[in-house]
Amino acid sequence: MFGGVNLLNAQNTAMALEQAPLLRDSQAALNRLRRMIIEASAYAQEGHIPSAFSILNILWVLYTHILQIDPKHPDTLDRDRFVLSKGHASLGLYAVLADKGFFPLEELDTFGRYNSSLGGHPDTRKVPGVEASTGSLGHGFPMAVGMALGFKIKKQPNRVFCLVGDGECNEGSIWESALLASHHQLSNLCCIVDYNHSTDRALLMGDLAQKFNAFAWETLTIDGHNEIEILEALTTKTDNKPLAIIAETIKGFGCAVMENEPAWHHKFPTEAELETLIEGLS
Amino acid sequence: MSMRKQFVQTVENLLAEDERLVLLLGDIGVFGFRNAFQSFSERVYNIGILEQATLSVAAGLAKTELIPIVHTIAPFLVERGLEQLKDDFCYQELGGNFVSVGASYDYAALGCTHHCPGDVGALKNLPGMEIVLPGTAQEFDQLFLQGYANGRPTYYRLSERENPVSFNVTFGKANVIQTGSQATVVAVGPALKPVLEAVKGLDVTVLYYVCVSPFDIETLKTHATSAKILLCEPYYQGGLVSEIIKAMWPSAVLLDVMGVPLAFLNHYGTAEEHDEAIGFTPSEIRARLEQLIHE
Repeated sequence: MFGGVNLLNAQNTAMALEQAPLLRDSQAALNRLRRMIIEASAYAQEGHIPSAFSILNILWVLYTHILQIDPKHPDTLDRDRFVLSKGHASLGLYAVLADKGFFPLEELDTFGRYNSSLGGHPDTRKVPGVEASTGSLGHGFPMAVGMALGFKIKKQPNRVFCLVGDGECNEGSIWESALLASHHQLSNLCCIVDYNHSTDRALLMGDLAQKFNAFAWETLTIDGHNEIEILEALTTKTDNKPLAIIAETIKGFGCAVMENEPAWHHKFPTEAELETLIEGLS
Repeated sequence: MSMRKQFVQTVENLLAEDERLVLLLGDIGVFGFRNAFQSFSERVYNIGILEQATLSVAAGLAKTELIPIVHTIAPFLVERGLEQLKDDFCYQELGGNFVSVGASYDYAALGCTHHCPGDVGALKNLPGMEIVLPGTAQEFDQLFLQGYANGRPTYYRLSERENPVSFNVTFGKANVIQTGSQATVVAVGPALKPVLEAVKGLDVTVLYYVCVSPFDIETLKTHATSAKILLCEPYYQGGLVSEIIKAMWPSAVLLDVMGVPLAFLNHYGTAEEHDEAIGFTPSEIRARLEQLIHE
């Protein structure tokens, strides 16, 4: 379901539909990633599993179909950039990066340990493929705006994608950045909002598409767990405007007992729970 | 030429020479940089009054191999943007230049919201942050040219008041202004002006620091032979105490500190009136120095 200003053109839609079988095949991969995330969190007794599950489909589409980044050479200057601004969902990013070959899968087993490169929030100094050290909410998005502005200054054709949380949209720096991005016509920038409504208990964010529209962004609203919609949205081109994709998501998606269950926000599976959770992956 | 005008000239020259340089103004200095806006429109921005995002945007620019300069008034640059400086620049080890005006009570009449004697103390708690306090326009030019592209986050504190004479300054090094046997005065940035007047005729060493961080330990160890040290700083007093004690270890040091007391300066007026009110004048400095000598 698309809302806001629908910028999809026939070419994009046709391309996405062509890829539909491939996207359907990704379900096995996504369940593999979910299992990796649950196990890493259980071993470490750390991590935000439902936050990672909320964005997993989006990350998968980004790293499978969109981002121009060579996992074996993740520092080349002409790469696209992805910034996970809601850094507490790091396990989702780690699982995708490992699966794509940015670092060995075995490193996931070290998650949260004293000498591990994989912490509760992603660290650009330690993890290949992580573009920004985030964790304090409201930092990654303006850094992404800076990257997009940098590419514009340098006339570099790469794109910048940033994923923010709905709770993160409470932060003033998000809206400062939204102002800057539209003012400077950063059409090379795409902000994806993981709208899982976890912030509703504190501060209702209401119609986020309308809010980004009011800040002069192009906006799309999609089902954040429907990969065809995700792909179509991410391939949307805009003229002189940044693009905001409001992804309606379910926190904990893919694991029934965690879905929209606040108790699991920062809860780690026990040994007994681990097996049940893995068996219950949808 | 004032430090602010020198800042404009220095940066305009660099914009022409170094295509990596990007200037972000927090809606100040716009008139001063009017030529730069015309000549380098793709790299000079009046970014607006949104300091937190501005600093993170600057970090993003740095991540695309550009060299950002962020310029605004000290409390908004440092105190509002402290977490961005910490997480986005210092922790990620990104290069950037943060140039303030109005620190301490340079904008005395604007009141406490625009006073900022706490900038140096706050920034000293950020690992990797370099802190530079030039004493004259010429010194700013020298220090900025040496440091702007060093790949590290660096804070340049422009002052409305300058020392009467410029020295050849080197990034990270102190200058020995005079040597004496009875005590050592450590003067930071524009604090040198009242110090020079205070020490006339006294047999004391004067060391001049334009870099708070990195701090030049060797010059202090070599020249502070009397183990009596008066530290004069143009911000909240005591900022360099730990550096001095560590530099002098294991020798015992008789140390006195002068600067801005840790309090809100709840008055307006001029900077000179605040100097009088807090006792940061040549006569007060001389009195404290003589007391230290005779201890």
